[in-house]
Amino acid sequence: MKFFSELTKGIIKENPIFVIVLGMCPTLAVSTSVDNALGMGLAATFVLICSNMMISLIKGIVPAQIRIPIYVVVIAAFVSIIDMAMEAYLPDLHKALGIFIPLIVVNCIILGRAEAFASKNNVLNSMADGLGMGLGFTLSLTVVATIREILGNGTWLKMQVLPSTYDPMLVAILAPGAFITLGLLMAVMNIIKEKN
Amino acid sequence: MGYLGEIFVMAITAIFIQNFVLSRFLGLCPYLGVSKKIDSAFGMGMAVIFVMTLTSSITYLINRYLLTGMMYLQTIAFILTIAALVQFVEMVIQKKAPALYKSLGVYLPLITTNCAVLGVAILNTTALRQDGITPYNFLDSTLNGFFSGVGFTVVLLAMAGIRMRLELVNLPKSMKGMPIALILAGIMALAFYGFMGFKI
Repeated sequence: MKFFSELTKGIIKENPIFVIVLGMCPTLAVSTSVDNALGMGLAATFVLICSNMMISLIKGIVPAQIRIPIYVVVIAAFVSIIDMAMEAYLPDLHKALGIFIPLIVVNCIILGRAEAFASKNNVLNSMADGLGMGLGFTLSLTVVATIREILGNGTWLKMQVLPSTYDPMLVAILAPGAFITLGLLMAVMNIIKEKN
Repeated sequence: MGYLGEIFVMAITAIFIQNFVLSRFLGLCPYLGVSKKIDSAFGMGMAVIFVMTLTSSITYLINRYLLTGMMYLQTIAFILTIAALVQFVEMVIQKKAPALYKSLGVYLPLITTNCAVLGVAILNTTALRQDGITPYNFLDSTLNGFFSGVGFTVVLLAMAGIRMRLELVNLPKSMKGMPIALILAGIMALAFYGFMGFKI
């Protein structure tokens, strides 16, 4: 049963963005449209699962003093793999996400999970944790992107959802809109938490 | 326009027009995390300027002379360089300048995972000079790293100043902490949008 609780905790209870508040840079930068958010989220999920698995496998042989550089190299290797794979198979998405794909390396969620979870737990649970955290990250990104894309462009996943007479609120997909949307969403989360 | 003019334009661009934090979304974790007090914000800013300048010059050399034909190793090579550099700088400062270490020491380890540092290293490899053809040379890269660090520090200090005053304001409970900090950042980004489209 532990497997499932590790899997589901990342989605709501320990959601990396709204609860732990890690990995803000990609959240704000790529949430301009839902397809970018999904691409980024799934790329990070892949890296999370693989790096958690690898780090859990090597946890017994890594000397404690140099564990962080070793973790970073493991993460960077998987990021390079997904970077090249996306460039080959999804060139448009790769172009849209740009510099934020190599920057998955310094996404605090991934190093944070490696340090806090994978270095202490077995392989299966670590992979479940990676998958759960990755899905939680993807979900929060998608929520932010949904609001920004609908307000800023009148579309969702490139489908028109608001009538074409809607005058797009351009600021929502610009940088200031990202900050303000996330700030208001977090305030809403706080209100919900207080009510419970 | 001479080379000095070009450097001036680079500085204005990195600090105001394309600010690392507010328009490129890099280095947000320290921007939101270390902006509660002016002193610590200043220490963090200085440490970031220092590391970004050094990183830009060293990764330029690595990218130009070591990685030819092995571009797929770029991410790994850069992050290792930054991690090693931060460690090295920490040791040197601790040994040679204990006073400086006392004020900067705690911020240095945090910089390894500051995406602004890796970001400037990666952006420098594809950045072009004003003519739009010539890639950055060694001096350009170093200066760009320096000015980007200054841009980071400017907004970090501004944010810390606002947040210190915000302590005294009576806010709704749900807005306290992160939500209001993000909304403030949004308003600052809006202000910085005024610099967009400046042609120098």
